[in-house]
Amino acid sequence: MDLLRFTTAGSVDDGKSTLIGRLFYDTQAIFEEKMSEIQRNTQRDDEDLELALLTDGLRAEREQGITIDVAYRYFATPKRKFIIADTPGHEQYTRNMVTGASTAELAIVLLDARKGVLEQSHRHAFIASLLQIPHMIVAVNKMDLVDYDEDRFREIVDEFRDFADKLDVNDITFIPISALKGDNVVTESEKTPWYQGATLLHRLETVKTQTDRNQVDFRFPVQNVIRPHQDFRGFAGQVASGSVRPGEEVVVLPSNLTTEVESIVTLDGEQDQASPGESVVISLTDEIDVSRGSMIVRSRNRPEVTRQVDADLCWMDEEKLRTDRPYIVQHGTRETQAYVSNLVYRINVKTLHREEADTLTLNEIGRVELETADPLFIDSYRVNRHTGRFILVDPDTNATVAGGMIRGVGQDVAAVGEESTTRKEQQTSPNVVWEGLAIPREEREAKNGHKAAVMWFTGLSGAGKSTVAKALEERLFDRGIQTMHLDGDNVRHGLSGDLGFSANDREENVRRVGEVSRLFFEQGTFTLCTFVSPYREDRTRVRELLPEGRFLEVHVDCALEVCKERDPKGLYEKAEKGEISNFTGVSAPYEEPEDPEIVVRTDEHDVETCVDQIVDALEARGLIPEAE
Amino acid sequence: MSVSSETARHLDTLESEGIHVIRETAAQFERPVLMFSGGKDSLTMTHLARKAFYPEPIPFPLLHVDTGHNFPETLRFRDDLMERIGANLIVRTVQESIDKGRVKEEQGPNASRNKLQIVTLLDALDELDVDAALGGARRDEEKARAKERFFSHRDRFGQWDPKKQRPELWNQYNGRRNPGEHFRVFPLSNWTELDVWQYIEREGLEIPSLYLAHKRDVVERDGSLLAKSDYISLRDGEHYAEKMVRFRTIGDMTCTGAIESTATTIPEVIEEVATATHSERGGRTDDQRSEAAMEDRKRKGYF
Repeated sequence: MDLLRFTTAGSVDDGKSTLIGRLFYDTQAIFEEKMSEIQRNTQRDDEDLELALLTDGLRAEREQGITIDVAYRYFATPKRKFIIADTPGHEQYTRNMVTGASTAELAIVLLDARKGVLEQSHRHAFIASLLQIPHMIVAVNKMDLVDYDEDRFREIVDEFRDFADKLDVNDITFIPISALKGDNVVTESEKTPWYQGATLLHRLETVKTQTDRNQVDFRFPVQNVIRPHQDFRGFAGQVASGSVRPGEEVVVLPSNLTTEVESIVTLDGEQDQASPGESVVISLTDEIDVSRGSMIVRSRNRPEVTRQVDADLCWMDEEKLRTDRPYIVQHGTRETQAYVSNLVYRINVKTLHREEADTLTLNEIGRVELETADPLFIDSYRVNRHTGRFILVDPDTNATVAGGMIRGVGQDVAAVGEESTTRKEQQTSPNVVWEGLAIPREEREAKNGHKAAVMWFTGLSGAGKSTVAKALEERLFDRGIQTMHLDGDNVRHGLSGDLGFSANDREENVRRVGEVSRLFFEQGTFTLCTFVSPYREDRTRVRELLPEGRFLEVHVDCALEVCKERDPKGLYEKAEKGEISNFTGVSAPYEEPEDPEIVVRTDEHDVETCVDQIVDALEARGLIPEAE
Repeated sequence: MSVSSETARHLDTLESEGIHVIRETAAQFERPVLMFSGGKDSLTMTHLARKAFYPEPIPFPLLHVDTGHNFPETLRFRDDLMERIGANLIVRTVQESIDKGRVKEEQGPNASRNKLQIVTLLDALDELDVDAALGGARRDEEKARAKERFFSHRDRFGQWDPKKQRPELWNQYNGRRNPGEHFRVFPLSNWTELDVWQYIEREGLEIPSLYLAHKRDVVERDGSLLAKSDYISLRDGEHYAEKMVRFRTIGDMTCTGAIESTATTIPEVIEEVATATHSERGGRTDDQRSEAAMEDRKRKGYF
């Protein structure tokens, strides 16, 4: 038997409580005395069971007839145990919805068949998407009140799909139900012969669980240090993602020291593996500095270590967000102070439009950048629900004021692969926004077994940029690295066929290639770009398109005399005769890189030596795995 | 619904969650205690606490608030267990509170010390300067508990304000507090009665014999079967009768009702619980006093 946590969003009007009551009643999860209590509590004398009264717990709620907090409810069938986070649906309870959604693996969005897709349905779906709930069921309720009409159901499905296409939700199931009458909730309805799909309960019983745990990236946030005696020092924690075995090499953050897992200890004996979600104690072979807030990871698969965080934030406090005072950020077991340094935009949860804002108030959601006092070890929430989230705490009131979903490392330019928010781009093409990719780069990278990066080979004509890059590409290809080579001559046939060699045209050429390489980058590819690209400013512009550490400038350095001597395409000769104008090194300047990641000298070393040097540098940066 | 024959991933998940919460408590608080009653929930929690810190012993004391109306079996069982696992047990009694004049004993045939133990508990927490009390309460027990957090904030008077609860997202628990305030922490929040029984079976935990069916003299009162004891006085027309019973909860003898049962082994109990038609607290007369009974007691600091 396994466990499914799901959330229900909707209001009393949609019949949410009735739906839960129905699930309980039909699966015999309601006890006799509760049934008699319901009868005692029922004020109206309806023919149908007042199932909704089962679920509204607190007295204030009973009095007001609304649900004001997240309530957790439990039932089980022979196949599965269920935990329901039952949340209110009104806009003013967005924070409760977010709370309920935070632990859910499936969301039920409830619609009233008579009313169809409402503004609040959009909000429920948006929150499910924001919190990355892997599965969604859209339950079209009160089908009995529209005579179980198939056309009405189809109409609602189409309308919802149109909207959901804009969100980040992959798995949606639509089910026509009547919670009150019991149609398609637990038992198949005879009144919807046109519906061939599963009942709601059947879907709940069979949907794949445990899909929200990242199985690839090992992350172990240390909770406590366990020291029973001098000879044993272990680190207690819950495996956030990935797995590890004794004997495997690990790195401890923030100290960056490398060691090995010695043993995985539990009361039931030592384990040969620690898997996602398990609470264990790990001991290490070396005595190194580890304390609460440290994170144990693999040396070649690390989270971003950063003090700048780009995140979506849901504000949950009566006091509004302030950018002029610090909050406490709790990220896993790590705690530090943080300023909200930049409020990029607020999402209007009614329309889902982005709005300019200078604060967030209760129940508002926005995109922000945080600056933290100590570095955090982060992954993006999309890739890792367990290391991609945090809460903010007000140090004066101790209240939990916000929940955050990390997008990545904060940077002033728009983060790659995400919605562009810089003013410049909005001005030039106001109606174009970046479409979030269905498969995030990090997932592609995990599958490929290497990071994506853009290597920019710059140097004089004849310095050997293409020669070195081609040899390097073969070497990488043999090692299973996914590569692409963008070469100056090739792009000028097509992509930049309309451009010449003036400073402006060179700038535009580099810009286009930069944008193309960024797309390849998002696709998880190691992209080698070989361009003379003589202007520093142009190269810097490409660098800014990519995350820190993923743009490598390779200066292919060679004395001008040697290049002229090589002159493989006879271009220097033509340039000196004046047959070609604007030729770099002859009639146009070359601005050498100031601080390139890699420099190879082709006038001093042969191609193989240069390639060795580059491969070593890539390994040292953890971009590609080391050779076996 | 026995667990021995099938994999029980839900128990692994619940166990890991409970351990995580207990470790967070040890990390975020200075003087936690684990509330120990000898009941199955507190036994389960004690087991999780051992797992959480192994190979270290449980790094904080266990606190038993003794109403003085315990079943003698429970106390024997408690003392044996403490010796076996090497835990540090602190006992505070309602009798002491009565002797000190902190509380007055209820009178009459319905007299119970259940309400009095709130004072003893709060006094003990105060005396020991406790900043986090780990409790075995579960959200499925009663509807007011359905909205309880894992980390539940209490003000200086030990009161719970259901409208001022901190949002609790993911497994990020916020235990920040001002001086004088404390937290109740509930590692078993997501467990059901059935989960607890299945876990007890899987882990081979010992439980007091009261939980298994045995012959006992009981009196039927307000739909509950109360055990014969010195603390109960019969009303007119009431009489003791020997029945085959077991207890679903074990607390104060004056208000803990037994149910008729033939389940003499844990698998039989699991079978019975899985098909039960009365909820576990149904045998407790204190909940039936009024519609919002549990909510009222919680506000005052009851667990």
